[in-house]
Amino acid sequence: MESSVDTNLATRPNDNLGRVVSLKPEGTVSTTKRIKRSFRQIRAEKVFRRTLIIVALVMVALVLGIMLTLVYESTLSIKSSGIGYLWGKTWDPVRDIFGAYPFILGTLLTSFLALFISIPFSFAVAVFLGEYYPEGWFSNLLKNTVELIAAVPSVIYGFWALAVLVPIVRSFESKIGVEPVGLGIFSSALILAVMIIPYAASLGRSMIHMVPSNLKEAAYSLGATRWEVIRAVIFPYTKSGLFAGVLLSLGRALGETMAVTMVIGNTSLIPKSIFAPGNTMASVIANEFTEADHPVYLSALIELGLVLFLVTVVINMIGKKMVSRFTNE
Amino acid sequence: MASNHVKYRIGKSTFFKGLTILLACACVVPLIFILIYILQAGLTKINWHFLTNLPKPVGETGGGIANALLGSMIIILVASVIAIPFGILCGIYLSENKKSKLAYWSRLCVDILQGVPSIVIGIVAYFWLVKPMGGFSALSGSAALAIMMLPIIIRSTEETLKLLPDSLREAGFALGLPFHRVVLKVIVPCGISGILSGVMLSVARIAGETAPLLFTAFGNPYLSFNLLKPMQSLPLLIFNYATSPYNDWHDLAWGASCILLIWVLALNIFTKLMTRKWKVQL
Amino acid sequence: MESTIVKSVDYNAYFGDNHVVKNVNIDIPRNNVIAVMGPSGCGKTTFLRGINRMHELIPGATAKGQILLNGEDVMEMHPIFVRLKIGMVFQRPNPFPNLSIYDNVIAGYKLNGIKLPKAEKDKIVEHSLTRVALWKEVKDSLTKKGSFLSGGQQQRLCIARAVAMEPEVLLFDEPTSALDPISTSTVEELFHELKKNYTLIIVTHNMQQAARVSDKTAFFYMGELVEYDETKQMFTNPKDTRTQNYITGRFS
Repeated sequence: MESSVDTNLATRPNDNLGRVVSLKPEGTVSTTKRIKRSFRQIRAEKVFRRTLIIVALVMVALVLGIMLTLVYESTLSIKSSGIGYLWGKTWDPVRDIFGAYPFILGTLLTSFLALFISIPFSFAVAVFLGEYYPEGWFSNLLKNTVELIAAVPSVIYGFWALAVLVPIVRSFESKIGVEPVGLGIFSSALILAVMIIPYAASLGRSMIHMVPSNLKEAAYSLGATRWEVIRAVIFPYTKSGLFAGVLLSLGRALGETMAVTMVIGNTSLIPKSIFAPGNTMASVIANEFTEADHPVYLSALIELGLVLFLVTVVINMIGKKMVSRFTNE
Repeated sequence: MASNHVKYRIGKSTFFKGLTILLACACVVPLIFILIYILQAGLTKINWHFLTNLPKPVGETGGGIANALLGSMIIILVASVIAIPFGILCGIYLSENKKSKLAYWSRLCVDILQGVPSIVIGIVAYFWLVKPMGGFSALSGSAALAIMMLPIIIRSTEETLKLLPDSLREAGFALGLPFHRVVLKVIVPCGISGILSGVMLSVARIAGETAPLLFTAFGNPYLSFNLLKPMQSLPLLIFNYATSPYNDWHDLAWGASCILLIWVLALNIFTKLMTRKWKVQL
Repeated sequence: MESTIVKSVDYNAYFGDNHVVKNVNIDIPRNNVIAVMGPSGCGKTTFLRGINRMHELIPGATAKGQILLNGEDVMEMHPIFVRLKIGMVFQRPNPFPNLSIYDNVIAGYKLNGIKLPKAEKDKIVEHSLTRVALWKEVKDSLTKKGSFLSGGQQQRLCIARAVAMEPEVLLFDEPTSALDPISTSTVEELFHELKKNYTLIIVTHNMQQAARVSDKTAFFYMGELVEYDETKQMFTNPKDTRTQNYITGRFS
């Protein structure tokens, strides 16, 4: 961008005699200082620009590196189990049989169940803060509190669920006549549902904020009620934004590890119902990674990580694309 | 007839308003439950002894979490030292080169990284640092956490700096300031509140991260200051002790949860309050 | 006294493929006030920003030709040196919001990391602020942030900031367009004072202002330098019909 340095400049004194210089004494001192200084600056400027480029390159390399590492370390498993890995129903490290289906199913079950539970709540928050009460101390409080939900560490959610939620679920299970384990997919989905509320809620809120008021006013002027405006104007208008929020929540739920690991029950069997114990991809990795005693086993676990990585990346990218398209419109 | 229909519609509208308010407020209930429960279970466990002693073996009552507290601080400090300069510089690059190809790819990678599950970062850190170095280490844990901090810092830096008016940069350039001085002495100081809030939020975020530490820092029942050896951290301690079958250990875990929770929430709230104060009036 | 300080030779500026300044040749004499006027989009601001190489800061912007400062081509110099010798004041006052009034004046030194003794700094601040007729108004509030001043004061602070660097040429990009009439006349009065020590090039879309403050006027139209002459001559007896149309208000 900048042209090359004129190196002659230092040797050339400031020979502009024509001008009237009133600040002469201090002016000259500072001018020479300035010039001397500037040469160092020009070098520093180049170094700085180069540093910035290197940093940006490292950022790209970092993510590529993550992807390549996962692929490289799971080749052993990909070679030995092939594509059948994804729907193999047995996970038996002792006999070297690795099928990821129980975990994929467990992940999908917990995530979608959690999503299903959380959506009404997060949409309610979004509508409450975006439409009904966009301002005021109470909505500020609600907004900040909902954001705090995302701030609580997941290990604490897990511990609380283990101590409080699991016994409640257990008694609920014995009431409806299923085997009262407590630990299992249902408990995981419940705690996950709480954890992912803020993601869809805060995105939904900002989307609803962006609905042009003249659209709403048009509907009001036709005699629509508040709810009709929300349903017929706001929801259709923010459809893609709300959906993107749901996707981001889903991405978060899929990758969530600790809370789920603590309450899902950790079994490699295929879950028979939503109250049965199971395992998610993330929880298997957390549980078995340090126990994996032979290379194929370890590689099979990393392949799980690779699948998880790819799925969450795709979901997040779609969500982000939808958001940016919505905000650019 | 018509008026009945209108009444019905108004009633429906009121009903849904009530439902929305109810559901929205219900969201907060679990959080409040969790806060109260953990404060109740944890606050009674916390005292000077708890903060300054090591955990006791199974069967002995008492003991503390000094190793985890110090470990957490060390791991977070090292992670910050790695991530903060890198993240801010990357954010500066993205805001200064909005349209370059490298910026496009780099931004895409930040987006990807933001969505990567933390456990995956743990796996990668294991292969990059733990395996070559021949054992679990605090340093590898810090590296994993640093990777998790990056997207938050980069994004907040970029967003903040993008909002600053171009006239500021031009004022700097017109005075003959070189590029790095314009950035470091003019642009960054004017956006410092946004940048700092990103930094603090990223610290709050990783303070409670457990998954990436499972295969990196690993945990250590003793006090350790050696970055190249396994080190305990608060979330790891909570996980290990909470899933153990011993009541004494559960008590330790409750106390630790309480401290971690207060720490994280305080960081979040403090950030919210301070960013308003630090904000440079444009 | 009529020696040339800035001279452009076949200067062309582009935004991408858009040719915005076309073959401008102009001689700017020392210690004069030069007004550059023309309808909006005529390339006058781009030309001005080309003189201290601010033009190229915009992505996709390129330039060809020569701009000579004391006979030396600024296109061959490093922009930092150019900008140290050619100060600039912008359309909207842009004091550094994070610095005090005092620090804003010596910002060029301070932000460049040049350490000056306190006495010298004080002298520069007082001198520069006096030159822009701001010293009396702010001497008791030097530690306050620059953004607390009124628009007109802020603009004079920005001029002081440029003056403090002791440049040879000062560029003004529509310096009064964001100011109220009273502040405008204060700034205009300054021009008469400042030209004793500096050469002033002022871009303005306001013909009356050009007529009031300048010694010579350049008229730009569609990226070309249409006419360049003594201001009196230009306004009383323009040679080009386009100039005539412009000053008689036949197009805006």
